[in-house]
Amino acid sequence: MNDSSVTKSSTPAKPPFWRDPDKRALAFQGVFLLLVLFVIFTLIRNTMVNLEARGISSGFGFLGTAAGFRIAETMIPFDTSSTYFDVFLVGLLNTLKVSIIGVFFATIIGFVVGVARLSNNWIVSRLAAIYVDTLRNIPLLLQLFFWYFAVLRPLKKPEEADSLFGMIFLSNRGLFFPAPVYEQGFGLIVLAVVLAIVGSIVLKIWAKKRMEATGQRFPVFFTSLGLIVLLPLLAAVATGFPISWDIPELAGTRIKNFVGGQVLTPEFSALVFALAIYTSSFIAEIVRSGIMSVSKGQSEAAFSLGLKPSWTTRLVIIPQALRVIIPPLTSQYLNLTKNSSLAAAIGYPELVSVFAGTALNNTGQAVEIMGITLMVYLFLSLTISSLMNWYNASKALVER
Amino acid sequence: MTTQKHPVGQHPSLPPPSNSVGVLYWLKENLFNGVFNSLLTICSILLLINYVPPLFNWAIAKADWIGSTKDACSKEGACWVFIRVWFDQFLYGRFPSESVWRINLSYILAIAAAAPLFFSFVARKVKLALIAFLLVIYPIICFYLYAGGGFGLQEVETSRWGGLFLTLVIAVSGIVLSLPLGILLALGRRSSMPVIKSFCVIFIEFWRGIPLITVLFMASVMFPLFVPENISPDKLLRVLVGVILFSSAYMAEVVRGGLQAIPKGQYEAAAALGLNYWKSMLLIILPQALKMVIPGIVNTFIGLFKDTTLVLIIGLFDLLGMVQLASTNQKWLGFTIEGYVFAAIGFFIFCFAMSRYSQHLERVLNTGHRN
Repeated sequence: MNDSSVTKSSTPAKPPFWRDPDKRALAFQGVFLLLVLFVIFTLIRNTMVNLEARGISSGFGFLGTAAGFRIAETMIPFDTSSTYFDVFLVGLLNTLKVSIIGVFFATIIGFVVGVARLSNNWIVSRLAAIYVDTLRNIPLLLQLFFWYFAVLRPLKKPEEADSLFGMIFLSNRGLFFPAPVYEQGFGLIVLAVVLAIVGSIVLKIWAKKRMEATGQRFPVFFTSLGLIVLLPLLAAVATGFPISWDIPELAGTRIKNFVGGQVLTPEFSALVFALAIYTSSFIAEIVRSGIMSVSKGQSEAAFSLGLKPSWTTRLVIIPQALRVIIPPLTSQYLNLTKNSSLAAAIGYPELVSVFAGTALNNTGQAVEIMGITLMVYLFLSLTISSLMNWYNASKALVER
Repeated sequence: MTTQKHPVGQHPSLPPPSNSVGVLYWLKENLFNGVFNSLLTICSILLLINYVPPLFNWAIAKADWIGSTKDACSKEGACWVFIRVWFDQFLYGRFPSESVWRINLSYILAIAAAAPLFFSFVARKVKLALIAFLLVIYPIICFYLYAGGGFGLQEVETSRWGGLFLTLVIAVSGIVLSLPLGILLALGRRSSMPVIKSFCVIFIEFWRGIPLITVLFMASVMFPLFVPENISPDKLLRVLVGVILFSSAYMAEVVRGGLQAIPKGQYEAAAALGLNYWKSMLLIILPQALKMVIPGIVNTFIGLFKDTTLVLIIGLFDLLGMVQLASTNQKWLGFTIEGYVFAAIGFFIFCFAMSRYSQHLERVLNTGHRN
């Protein structure tokens, strides 16, 4: 064997360029890119032509003009002279409100049902299983309709409303209850609450340091609870309870309704019920699989180290289960946020219903409004997933 | 003192102590082991006693079954007459009643062609032929049967399609078309070509980030803007396009999970055998990856099936839409709950069957990957 043949075989002959994988990939991507650009260009051109034909001027100027309609439930002041930008804000705030409250209740119910499903009590675990299997397999929209049209709307009229202590009223216009009115000196109570929370956090840090140094544990939970209850109570006594209550009253001549107080409207309640209950059935299964993923040896090892059952659960099982639970839990939170848009079907004024629905129909600015709406949802999705990723990273297994 | 009847070492085996067998033992072990559990048991039983008998009375004992008008309902229990009267509309929407046989024929065809796939004694070649028939020829037949027009069948506009039939049309076409698209997107996302990869990432994340309702709004409001003015695509078609794109993004993420779980050695082995990209994917990687993610795929299917109800928001009448329409009919006000219960049972049957079948498939296809 001579030298030249060795060098020849170590550098194989280059294939012709149409067989070279690199060049083929380049060509393929180039063609693909051209195709995508062509499609996008066509869509934009069609849209321009269509908009011109319909006489709709594009741009975001419409956001500053007055909307001229009323919205039933708003978190910011809103009347007929408010602009379309206010409509957007109202929708966004309502979406956030429903999502946050829904996530809160879905998580609590989901964890309870998930643990109940693993209970060694036969009846409890069967009931939890029926709950999960039924609710998971019925469409959310159907459940929403059920709560709204079959449960909450057929309630009694305001003049025949059920009342509790003459202060809380349940009718087909919603649940009315007294609203607190803050008077002079209420600031002191707020200050006391803030102080108590800060004090609890400091206490927790101190207790953890002391435990790591000396091994002594400190009853942080009960001390904090005491602080948070007692301190504001003290402040309230000192200032002489500076709160009065605005109690709802029946008013109106022909069509009666309650005025004053706080109200949970049927639309809001139905949406929160449906979202929380539907999502909780998924969270229950996630929690169950998370707890089951912690092997039995872990709790046995904890017991043999002498940890009592409550510590075993808190210090050994839950931290390991959370690792399995958090990623799918994130996607359930995302789903809940996106599903809150079903409000459009029952007329609760959230983003899709009031902005992508009413405002779009009134202005005809389809491209701008859909664009803004989509951006908001994409932004919300990104925010929630990055928050949960951060939480996930803080709980992740620390390895070598 | 007790007298010993048996010589040492020859004692016959005794029955187990009475507190470790039988109903009592089971009750004690499963319902009353400890104070907390006993309390839970009692509470649950009270709950059941409180709610189950009234529910039974409402749904069955005191319900009205016979009749054809609202007057047949005594209002003491559920009025299933409502369901009976509207049954055909719940199933077929406003499809002309003299043409309903066309829909039934398509169902029968589907069942007849799909049934042999579930039996192991049917030859593999026959099965492949049936699958090819179902995927290629059957949709064409269905389209002709449903839409009509030509060859003697009366034309039926899609605006008259409705009920469970419409739900099935949207769900099945969504399921069948989103899977291949999802696989392509998943492969694209794992591709080494930067242009393809970033396109797929953007596409997937966009569709996963927005609610289905906005997709449907886009299909009904924006889509007409995107196409030249003289073309006005059918509303159902627009919705189908939206649904397929939407669920293909979810499908892509499920399939990607499976692709990531395949060990690198499999890719290398396929390359070492001299298979090109598509051959190694189709023959080596995808069969393993798809088998692994069957539960995820079926979950996406179930989600899609439930999500088809959203089309009622933009004015298509699927099963839930027809129920809603019937319960707001002036002659039949006040039977909302019966309608919802009927729709819920309908959806439950399909979704529950799908999830059980996927669990069965998982067991049957579990041929390894333990180590």
